[in-house]
Amino acid sequence: MEIKSFFIYLIIMAGVTYLIRMLPFVIFKGKITNTFIKSFLYYIPYAVLGAMTFPAIIFSTGNYSSAVAGLIVACVLAFREKSLLTVAVFACIAALAVNIICLYI
Amino acid sequence: MEDFKNGLKNGIPIALGYLSVSFTFGLQAVNGGMNWWQAVLISLTNVTSAGQFAGLDIMTAGAGLWFEMACTQFIINIRYSLMSLSLSQKTDPSIRGIHRFLIAFGITDEIFAVAMGSPNDVSNKYMYGLICLPVLGWCSGTLLGAAAGQLLPEIIRSALNIAIYGMFIAIILPPARKNKAVMVVVIISVSLSCCFKWLPLLNSVSSGFVIIICAVIAAVAGAIFFPIKEEKNDGN
Repeated sequence: MEIKSFFIYLIIMAGVTYLIRMLPFVIFKGKITNTFIKSFLYYIPYAVLGAMTFPAIIFSTGNYSSAVAGLIVACVLAFREKSLLTVAVFACIAALAVNIICLYI
Repeated sequence: MEDFKNGLKNGIPIALGYLSVSFTFGLQAVNGGMNWWQAVLISLTNVTSAGQFAGLDIMTAGAGLWFEMACTQFIINIRYSLMSLSLSQKTDPSIRGIHRFLIAFGITDEIFAVAMGSPNDVSNKYMYGLICLPVLGWCSGTLLGAAAGQLLPEIIRSALNIAIYGMFIAIILPPARKNKAVMVVVIISVSLSCCFKWLPLLNSVSSGFVIIICAVIAAVAGAIFFPIKEEKNDGN
């Protein structure tokens, strides 16, 4: 990508993200009481992460079998409430193991 | 000074966590064709995980998607406005004027959570201490990931690409397991996202907008069918 485009993107990203954090912190004094807005804001992070993870995870390793192996390991460990780091590391190990096995089949 | 030290101390676990998440960001940025310094600059100026990964997708798709970038960042990061708002109710009088503009930069999910967990109202020194190490961890993790991306062999790099999704699953699954409403919202969002991937016509919508559309529909459905009751423990 051109350097100029990169900086335009960077300014948009950083600008929007900063304004979102800064404006309410600087301006508002009252509390949000609207149940709909509160609920919407509560659910948004989970909805975003869900849409970002699926189906993208299936294509993340360049090989369906290793991606599915990583996905299964991640789900099992996350279900058991292991830490973020543990889940991520073992998902990678599972994917790597399957990648290596595929090399020799 | 005591406040600053306390903040630093509380920031250590956050920084360690950030080191690993941003490592995958650096890695993915380099895999997507960026230089190491571009990856670090994005991390330094944004300090946000989901927003940066989504932004990276748009950047690597090519130039000109300015509006899409702005919308994506807005939707993904809109949750920070609620956190800023809550945190603004918990600041002592030392956080005023310019301090509000500076501290706002460092409000992330984890920093917010720790600050809100403090027994007293937080001071500006405490907040600066708390923000320091996580931002440092975020940037150095990005740098390490970018370096690793340029050094590691392909077979390991491709396996590491799944790390961030593993982490996302680790964030979503535990609350979804305990709270049916979160589970339903996630299922709606994931199903829509799959439709956008595989159904004709829908699959021509670009990735940034797909995330916005899926997330907004799912969260609106959640807000309509499972409104959060006042002061209810939501199992998070």
